[in-house]
Amino acid sequence: MTEKKTPLYDVHLASGAKVIEFGGWLMPVQYSGILEEHRAVRTAAGLFDVSHMGEVSVIGPEAAYFINCLVTNDISPLHINQAMYSPMCYSDGAVVDDLLIYRLGEQEYLLVINAGNIEKDVAWIEQQADGFQIELKNLSASMAQLALQGPKAAQILQTLISADLQSLKYYWFWQGVNINGISCLVSRTGYTGEDGFELYCPAEAAVLLWQVLMQAGEPYGLIPAGLGARDTLRFEAALPLYGHELSSEITPLEAGLDVFVKLTKEGFTGFEALAAQKKKGITRKIAGLEMTGRGIARAGYNCVADGKNIGTVTSGSFAPTLGKNLGLALLDIHYAQPGTIIGVEIRGKIIDAVVVKKPFYRRPAATVESSKDRD
Amino acid sequence: MNFPQELKYTKDHEWVRLEGSRAVVGITAFAQSELGDIVFIEVPPVGKKIKIHGGLSVVESVKAVSDIYAPLTGTVVEVNEQLADQPELVNQDPYGEGWIAILEWENSDETDQLLGVDQYQALALGGK
Repeated sequence: MTEKKTPLYDVHLASGAKVIEFGGWLMPVQYSGILEEHRAVRTAAGLFDVSHMGEVSVIGPEAAYFINCLVTNDISPLHINQAMYSPMCYSDGAVVDDLLIYRLGEQEYLLVINAGNIEKDVAWIEQQADGFQIELKNLSASMAQLALQGPKAAQILQTLISADLQSLKYYWFWQGVNINGISCLVSRTGYTGEDGFELYCPAEAAVLLWQVLMQAGEPYGLIPAGLGARDTLRFEAALPLYGHELSSEITPLEAGLDVFVKLTKEGFTGFEALAAQKKKGITRKIAGLEMTGRGIARAGYNCVADGKNIGTVTSGSFAPTLGKNLGLALLDIHYAQPGTIIGVEIRGKIIDAVVVKKPFYRRPAATVESSKDRD
Repeated sequence: MNFPQELKYTKDHEWVRLEGSRAVVGITAFAQSELGDIVFIEVPPVGKKIKIHGGLSVVESVKAVSDIYAPLTGTVVEVNEQLADQPELVNQDPYGEGWIAILEWENSDETDQLLGVDQYQALALGGK
């Protein structure tokens, strides 16, 4: 199977990006360097091409009812122009994917799904849709997405639009925003732990939108950022990544996503299994780790304690903002309490680690700074 | 990209500076560029005896774990302790401050296997 390219592929190559294969796509892993890009997002802003993500529209009189059967969170409180995060589960309670649900209209929703899961998710959603009065459309190929993330993201975007971004709240969005003649959906969402925006536009406008944002952001220190930094940023914020903290073997309760599993909403796929698991109590849990010995924990490494295997690292890395080697691991519940000392097996040696609270990083509280102050 | 004339090289992207019976070893500018930001280096213990092509060190970047192999048979006599706190030296100055280990080497035939700068450059950059 030949890999897919986003509309920005040639732009990335021209910027000197190092391109890798990810989930069937050729994507930039870095431009100037992962550490530099990570730090830029934490202190100024970074621009990510996330056009590989998938989009599925759900329209019809039973759209909300259908989506509520499909996902664990309850979308009934969603207003038009509001978004919500939710896991989507199999009937055994393990995860098909995690996604964002955007309410575009009375009976119109957009599901935004992970790039590596597009085919699987679309097949699953179509299968689940049987019998509902809805129309499904896979819009992934025609939509592009850019993410502008960092403390300066709002100032940068404000130079391009007239509406006051201070009134665009977290997990809300605007439709039909005109940026240099391009009609965009702009949501105040992101995967970095910083303030920022995800911008959706038609695929054919992606290159222009990228260039317009880069030009507007340059005076503020905006640089392009790749998948490498995207991973270290979400990791420091302890945001789950499908295939690591969530999978077809892990439930959202085990991943600590209880708040997104509404067990008062009976009848969603996986409800019975998750209600039973909640009642019985989880036996394993995604916990944060800090390496106290010298070494970097990585996904797949064994965790040990009391002479036995007690779990596996799901994600691990050097954390650039914190200057430490950290990890997320699926651990036996008896070893998952912060303060517990465990070992991580790295190349045959057991290196000491301690369980710590999540998230590792929280962005500083917003200062009273008007996004209308343009330098 | 710089490949000093006076060094020898291996196909695994290590460089060697031969100083009498001592061989200073590191990774090339090409290797550090491929790896990206280096965040951790495991140096061998001083006194370790190593055969040619045996595991000498592990260099980790944010995304990758890379084994470094002994270019010659010998004994580790010195390691670069600065790399514990400043792994980025390998990116910034791969042939200087970013040296990894020094071997006391024995078998003089083995140096015939090392590559000269032109051969290494062709290997590293040939595909690009």
